[in-house]
Amino acid sequence: MGEDKFDVIIVGGGLAGLTAGIVLAEQGLEVLLIERGDYCGSKNVTGGRLYGHSLEKVIPGFAEEAPIERVIKKERISLMTEDTSVDIGITSKKFSTEPENTSYSVLRAKFDRWLEGKAEEAGVMLVQGIRVDHVLTDEDGKVIGIDAAEEEMYADCVILADGVNSLLAQELGMKKELEPDQVAVGAKEVIKLGEEVINERFGVQSGEGVAWMAAGDPTAGGFGGGFLYTNKDSVSIGVVATLSDIGYSDISVPNLVDRFKEHPAIAPLLEGGETEEYAAHLVSEDGIYMVPELYRDGVLVVGDAAGLVVNLGFTVRGMDFAIESGRLAAETILKAHEMRDYSAKMLSAYEKALEDSFVFRDMRAYKGFPALTANRMIYKNLPETADEIVTKLFTVDGKQDPDLVSFLLQSLLGMASPAQLLGLAGTALESL
Amino acid sequence: MKRMAIENKLALNVFHTEDNDPHIEIDKEYANEEEIRKVVLACPAECYKYIDGKVTFSHLGCLECGTCRVLSHGKLVKSWNHPFGSVGVLYRQG
Repeated sequence: MGEDKFDVIIVGGGLAGLTAGIVLAEQGLEVLLIERGDYCGSKNVTGGRLYGHSLEKVIPGFAEEAPIERVIKKERISLMTEDTSVDIGITSKKFSTEPENTSYSVLRAKFDRWLEGKAEEAGVMLVQGIRVDHVLTDEDGKVIGIDAAEEEMYADCVILADGVNSLLAQELGMKKELEPDQVAVGAKEVIKLGEEVINERFGVQSGEGVAWMAAGDPTAGGFGGGFLYTNKDSVSIGVVATLSDIGYSDISVPNLVDRFKEHPAIAPLLEGGETEEYAAHLVSEDGIYMVPELYRDGVLVVGDAAGLVVNLGFTVRGMDFAIESGRLAAETILKAHEMRDYSAKMLSAYEKALEDSFVFRDMRAYKGFPALTANRMIYKNLPETADEIVTKLFTVDGKQDPDLVSFLLQSLLGMASPAQLLGLAGTALESL
Repeated sequence: MKRMAIENKLALNVFHTEDNDPHIEIDKEYANEEEIRKVVLACPAECYKYIDGKVTFSHLGCLECGTCRVLSHGKLVKSWNHPFGSVGVLYRQG
């Protein structure tokens, strides 16, 4: 490629990078997208569930052709102890009634590869199997291109879509080193069961599925949780554990996954299944507080590289943010291209656009959640107390003390002191 | 389902291995046990082992998640990079 200069070079072919590429190429810009894996999606992992609304804006009706697994129609959250699972669930016709409010279970190696095809159709030039080693800057610090496998390539603007471990944004000084309390490690298995078996065991029809989050025993009381999503003929099951809390128990992350699979509420659902793949990935957890510098002269940061994730425990969102950030970065660059001005001042419109979008609106709305969810009570005391109360309510053996009110009070007070409960309630209110 | 050893789980994945690109370098003399314990517990692929007071690391089976980097950069982990292009894990499900 030598001295060729592109309008835009995108580093990373995940959802953010591919979306940006599609929007830019559709408007006729010359876009080079460099992906280190053999194909887009080959290095990517989700839990996971994609909320479809943001991709709808770029590819209306995408789910009709994209390799989505199932439309999520059932939600379940559980508080688990070693022996019990206290569940809240909802099955509703109100979920996923139109494309904008629909969410899908997806597998990224398949989904991103499909989106890669859309990018190619739009005219994005794709290079796979190449790692970008450095970002090139001129003497004023303006980003002018990249260095990949000792080949330099130049562009008016570079988009860093290189994921949660964005070494390139760190190299530029735009992003600080991640801290252990800002990220969690997710480890998951994809377990093949067959479409009919899934339909029967989870009480769903073909094409419809379940999203299930669990706190407590899945992480052995550590910060984090377990998850299960039904795919077309497999389930994605795993555990997410906040790095700063690893070592709270003596159980390793891979063993947490095994324990979760063996939990009495889970094991019968997986019986006869065959593991197809074992994957791991970091998850950003600190919300708006970990968003790095998003723009400088000639460069923008999008998606996971920009820390755009909100984890509320019952919902986890990152992919819809990634897609929106890719689109907004592309819109910003289209204007910059028109003005032939790729200065930081011009590119600051990207941050403004995120601010005006659901991305920062939602991230700000839930900014207190990282503090709320870093509370041992949620992972230890709460599941234990829920178990105690619910087990009592449903046990009939002729021996029970019938004074339920005093039992409930005792259980709640046994869980935590009134001051601790007030403290948790206070944090909860602040976070909303 | 029966419990599978991590080696057998990892054997289900596709890896393009490159012996000449460890991409993660550790300080073999590093001695803070509490720190080592955390990395050993956290690595989802069990690439780190702590045996007889010695920590060992093998990049084979590495899932490239970055957990060890974030937990112990500049301590147990001397340097961390993504593997060369096309090298390492290749997810088919993801």
